[in-house]
Order: sequence, then structure tokens, then C-alpha cells
Amino acid sequence: MTAALPLASFTGAFEFIFTPQDSNVTGGKKVGGFDKSLELLVKHLEVTLLALAIALVIALPLGLYLGHRGKGEQFAIGLGNAGRAIPELAVIALVAVLIGVGLANVAPVLAILGIPPILTNAYVGVRQVDRSTVDAARGMGMSEMAIIRKVELPIAVPTVMGGIRSGAIAILATATIAPLAGVETLGDFILNRNVYGENGLLAGAILVALLALTIEGLLALLQRRLTSDGLKLKTV
Amino acid sequence: MSSPFLLAAGEVGGDFFRERDVGDLCQAQRGHVFCWDWAQENIDRFGTPTVQHLQIVVPAILIGFVVAFALALLSHRTRWLQPPLLAATGVLYTIPSIAFFFLLLPLTGLGRDTAIIVLAAYTLQIIYRNTILGLNNVPAAVKDAARGMGLTPRQILWKVELPLAIPEIIAGLRVAVVSTIAIATLAVLISAGGLGTEMYGSNLTFPTSIIIAAAIVMLMALAFDAILLLVQRFTTPWRRVAQS
Repeated sequence: MTAALPLASFTGAFEFIFTPQDSNVTGGKKVGGFDKSLELLVKHLEVTLLALAIALVIALPLGLYLGHRGKGEQFAIGLGNAGRAIPELAVIALVAVLIGVGLANVAPVLAILGIPPILTNAYVGVRQVDRSTVDAARGMGMSEMAIIRKVELPIAVPTVMGGIRSGAIAILATATIAPLAGVETLGDFILNRNVYGENGLLAGAILVALLALTIEGLLALLQRRLTSDGLKLKTV
Repeated sequence: MSSPFLLAAGEVGGDFFRERDVGDLCQAQRGHVFCWDWAQENIDRFGTPTVQHLQIVVPAILIGFVVAFALALLSHRTRWLQPPLLAATGVLYTIPSIAFFFLLLPLTGLGRDTAIIVLAAYTLQIIYRNTILGLNNVPAAVKDAARGMGLTPRQILWKVELPLAIPEIIAGLRVAVVSTIAIATLAVLISAGGLGTEMYGSNLTFPTSIIIAAAIVMLMALAFDAILLLVQRFTTPWRRVAQS
């Protein structure tokens, strides 16, 4: 920490991503490079997917059910609004002190940030389905489960997927500060700036941004695939 | 020392308060989740960070609103601009805020300006999308009636379309304001101050400080949300008539 770190530059950051660089504090050991970047990228993705899976398992059935029954509007909408007001930094800091560090503790807490958008959008998506369509399905003798699965969910896909995309990005973004709670992610490059230097910091930011855009793009593609052709005719 | 990061670490408070304040006040409560004695004694220290938080959030939202609103008006008549603008603001909205802060580092450096730029860029998508949604949702019959009464396109926009779009615009603003207030806690990472300073650095392991700061953040979000609801009530009096 004694010698001044080189100023960050985009060329320096890209060098850091592909080739190991000198560090001021590791005593001659090189830091960064392609292998390390890839390792952290994969870990970041693992944490994100695990937390997203937990959020989906909890929020999606609950949102769909509430939307189908038309119950708990205050709860479903209120949760979405309240969820946005939660400061991520406080969540990560508190989990580290009060619950514990490591993936097993952090992933469920990250999931909390994904639950509000997924639940709210699932609720709203199902609620928006024309009641006469649902009545028609019921009149055809469909069970309530079949109505949710075959009528409401397919029509609600764009809204439901919108919630999943927001949730995934919220989790991925917060996973960047997960190293504060002892989970290695790309955030390591950003938060351990005395080890990785300012180029490492910028490299971390570039990788996190690219990862977020890639995930968002893939989920948007998935949404297109899942949306039935009849619904695509309607312009948003 | 030229590295700005070291300044950032020093600014957050060092170890003085765990040694002194907590040592004296919370000796018996060590390990407890929330230390009331410390909270009562130290509530003053949250004043400056709260003001700093507002100094980041308020300009960011004002800039974001002006830019998004201008883009919405620009693309209202030239509809083909809407998809590319939605996509562009969507990209800004997708980049995680922490990454965004540091991507701007080589360009704008550390501090409040960078935080304001990032948070303003963040609000664009929500405010822009809701404003064009509101404008697009105005029934054609209403516009035809206005045209039939002899209103010019400019008058139709300002006297008919925009007032009718207010509920959507405010709904977008509410989302933007609440999430901006929460995200601004991360501004501490680029030494821009704000309530994040009471959660980070040496405070990172002190739940009492984190909980108080988080509570202030959430109360601030709630207050702004309530103000916007009031604004909507007063700017759309016809909705109250319709409801009663």
C-alpha cells in the first residue's frame, strides 16, 4: 500500500483481464490474468444462479397463485415497492455480521433481493389476463392448476419474464459486493483494490457490466422463445 | 499519498469508534445486534451523511427526469426513435451500479459528480418508458376532440396529452426515486459520501450503525414516495372526482 498505484485506464484493464500483472502487496506474485478472471466470472455466475433459483422457487409459485386467486394485492404490490428501497450494502454487511459468511449464508440473502420483482410481476402478469378468457377455460372444464399452467402463465410470460430479468440483474449486481461477506466473485477485483490495483478495479467493473448485459440478453432471448406467436402481434 | 482510495478508507472513520464509543457504551452488550446506548449517544453522526445522501439523490433525479422527459417529447412525434431510445436506456439500466461507478472512474474520477451521473443515467429507462407509455395511452378520441376544438398540436401535447399521462409519469418517478435512494448507499465506494459511509469501512462489522443508516435510507425513500403521491393527487384533480 505504500507505492502509488498506477492510474486506471481501459487498456490497462484489458491487459489485466488477459495477462497477470504486478501487484504492490503480494511480494512479487502476479495478480489477475485470464485464468483468475475466468475463475471469478464462473463463481459470480454460480452465486447469481443459486440465489436466483432460490428466489424463483419461493416467489414464482406464490405470485402466480396470488394472481390467480386475485388475493393479496396489497402484499404483492407493496412487496415490490418495498423491495426497491432495501439498500444492498446494508443487506450484505448485516448477513456477514449477524448470520455468517460464505455461500450458504449469502445465497439465500441475495435471493431476498430477487423475490420482490419476481413475485410482483408474476402477480400482475396473471392479474392482467382477461377474466373472460379464464372463465372460458373454466367453462371448458379445466382444473384450476390447468388454468394457471395452460392459460394464465403463457399469456403472462412477458410480464413474468420481465420480473425474472429484474430479479436476476438485482442479484447479479449485489453479488458484486458479496466478497464483503466472504464469497468470492468478480467483486474481488473491485473491493481488493490494494491487491489488484486500479486496473484490476476497472477490469472487475468491465467484467461485471459485460456479464450483466449478457445475462439480460440471454433472458430476453428466452422470453421471446417462451412468448407464443399470437402475443407477439401486440406491440408494447 | 496520491491514491484517492486511501483517503476514502480514512474518511470512513478508522477504528476510533469501536475502541472508544462502543467500548464504553456497549461493553455489556458486546455481540448484541443493536446497541441502544450507542445509538442514543451517536445519532448526531448520521446528520452529515443524510445531507450528503440528499445532495447525490436530488440532483441525480432532477437531471434524470429532465433528460428522460426531453427524450420522451422528442420521440413522441418521431415514433421511430422510441425503440432505439428504449434499448439504449435499457443498457444503462442493466449495468450494475457498482460496475457503472468504476467504469466512469478513468473519465470523471472519484466523488459526487460520478455518483450523480451514474444515478441519473439509471433513472432514464424507467422515467422515459413510463412517459412514452403515458403519452401513447391517451385515447385517440380525446385527441380528436381536442383537435376538433381547434387546439394546435403543441396545445394538445401540453394541455391534453401530458396532463393525462401524469399518473404514468409519476408512477415511473416513484420507482426511480425509491431505487435511486437505495442505490446511492453504494456511492461510498467512490468516496462520494452519503449514508453508505455509516455501513462501510470500519462500520462494516458494527450492526447498530448499519441498521440506523439503512433505516434512514428506507424512511427517506418512503418520504419521497409519499411526496410524489401527493403531487399526483394535486396535479390530477379529475381522478378524485371520478373516484368519489
